[in-house]
Amino acid sequence: MKSRWLPYALFAAWVVVLATTPLWGSNYIVRVAIMIAMFTGLTLSWNFIGGFAGYPSFSTAAFFGIGCYAGALAQRAGVPMVLAWIVATVVVGAIAAALGAIILKMRGHYFAIASIGIVEVARLIISSWGSLTGGGDGLNVPLMSGGPNAVARIFLLVMIVIMIMSFIVTVIVDRSRLGFGLRCIQQNEDAANMVGVNNRLYKVIAYTLSALFCGTIGAAHASWTGYIDPSDSFSILMSVKVPVMCLLGGPGTLLGPVIGTAAFMMLEEVFWANFLDYNRAILGAVIVILIFFLPGGLLALRYRDIARRFGLLREPKMAA
Amino acid sequence: MSTTILAAERLNQRFGGIQAIDDLSFALKEGEVVALIGPNGAGKTTLVNLLTGVHQPTSGRVRFEGVDVTSQKPYQAARRGLARTFQIVQPFPRMTVLENVAAGALFGGASPSVAAAMDTAREQLEFMELAQFADRPASALTLAGRKRLELAKSMAMRPKVLMLDEVNAGLNSSEIDGALRLIRKIAERGITILVIEHLMKVVMSLAERVLVLHHGQLIAEGGPKEIVRNSKVVEAYLGQKFADRFGGEAANG
Ligand SMILES: Nc1ncnc2c1ncn2[C@@H]1O[C@H](COP(=O)(O)OP(=O)(O)OP(=O)(O)O)[C@@H](O)[C@H]1O
Ligand SMILES: [Mg+2]
Repeated sequence: MKSRWLPYALFAAWVVVLATTPLWGSNYIVRVAIMIAMFTGLTLSWNFIGGFAGYPSFSTAAFFGIGCYAGALAQRAGVPMVLAWIVATVVVGAIAAALGAIILKMRGHYFAIASIGIVEVARLIISSWGSLTGGGDGLNVPLMSGGPNAVARIFLLVMIVIMIMSFIVTVIVDRSRLGFGLRCIQQNEDAANMVGVNNRLYKVIAYTLSALFCGTIGAAHASWTGYIDPSDSFSILMSVKVPVMCLLGGPGTLLGPVIGTAAFMMLEEVFWANFLDYNRAILGAVIVILIFFLPGGLLALRYRDIARRFGLLREPKMAA
Repeated sequence: MSTTILAAERLNQRFGGIQAIDDLSFALKEGEVVALIGPNGAGKTTLVNLLTGVHQPTSGRVRFEGVDVTSQKPYQAARRGLARTFQIVQPFPRMTVLENVAAGALFGGASPSVAAAMDTAREQLEFMELAQFADRPASALTLAGRKRLELAKSMAMRPKVLMLDEVNAGLNSSEIDGALRLIRKIAERGITILVIEHLMKVVMSLAERVLVLHHGQLIAEGGPKEIVRNSKVVEAYLGQKFADRFGGEAANG
């Protein structure tokens, strides 16, 4: 029996673990925690379009990158930092809604390709619009005052708050008419339309939701690092990693994105530390394993069966 | 005299070189049970697709309750009360039977909340005699079960007109009897029904009126007993043997 409260309890515990890293971990651990919180927010966002609606979007890096630039430009224009993040969120949301209305006419592979195209086009526009964006030279963003450790703690909390907000929105969507309709679309789009789901509208909402927090996260990341450039801000690798993390954990679920991100990033750190040369190879390996062995992600595994196979769990004795 | 609820006015549908629907007009009256028959490829499914906004006709109009709905989208048709089942069943495979039906109630039947939709769905499953399967995944049902699920899902949408595209195809005779009984129960609720059917046994026992489609044209229209004796229908669809048997019965009975 799965408890209704289990996902929330696990999520809360995970938040505590991440938030307390400055108390028990090294600077390196805190940095990893910031990256995990940040990527969890991105993965939870992707889950709206990729998990709930089942549309394989690779636009994450576009939203993140536009968020970086919108936030940085706003801050350079004198907008206070937090307000600049909100501006970035709104800008990215509006752009996603407009783009979604166009590319969500496509399905399957065509949609996937269009969603990658958006990353490239956004990067091109940003890097050729030198007068505004600094082009390939990048942009400096006003740094926060304070020592590096204090700043890291602040951004850890910022990323955790954004992660919690995306989790809360996920919970709301999961229980609402919207979430129900998106699941219908994911399972059978024509049948969904035929029972009265306004597919286009729902997909555009899901795509916009998948963008909003990417914008916030991009802007916050820009404020944290103090410098952005087009190739770091619009990285195709990010657009691939985020869906892989979500698929690893379990798409369309509450905790899947959280678990998948944590598992993937910890693996990645281990590989970074021990096998610097093969780091990229694990992304490939994880993708292959996912496709062949874990179609529903880690959450869909039948842990009882596995535990039994390895003798970790005794067969329950039949009552006489 | 009852009023017209759904009307096709000079509908045409071309797919490339194929004239799938050819200058077709007909009307359904409120509360009627009408059968639509015709050989494979006659255009029956295409007609339902035109009536529910899946395709836009090349020319012609669709009118529902007097309103021109020709350019509606399928979800708008559903919300208006134009429900249909698919010839090839289209469940949401990884949802439970209950959730499948709730989807109909929530989006097509304007349930105010997910919880209310679940309640409506439970009633509907009871009505459709599927209640014992409520918590099974839809993909676990037999074909007969999935066909009935399609019916339950459409009924949860509170339709005014229900179009059934071969709900009996592939079922055995006792399953067909079960389906017939359910369709009668639905008709008793005053819902207008258009049944697409190859089995003349079902047509004869269910329909008040029969439309016969051939090459996208309406070649005959009338009561079931008239239709089986219509020489055009016999030639295009039923065949002489059938006509001798059923026509004879009709004449005697
Ligand atoms: N989407 C489509 N694109 C192209 N041609 C189509 C399309 N849908 C139907 N047709 C063609 O239109 C004609 C009518 O097909 P339709 O499916 O409506 O027949 P039907 O009467 O439902 O036949 P059946 O009894 O086999 O279900 C056929 O020739 C079919 O090939
Ligand atoms: Mg057909």
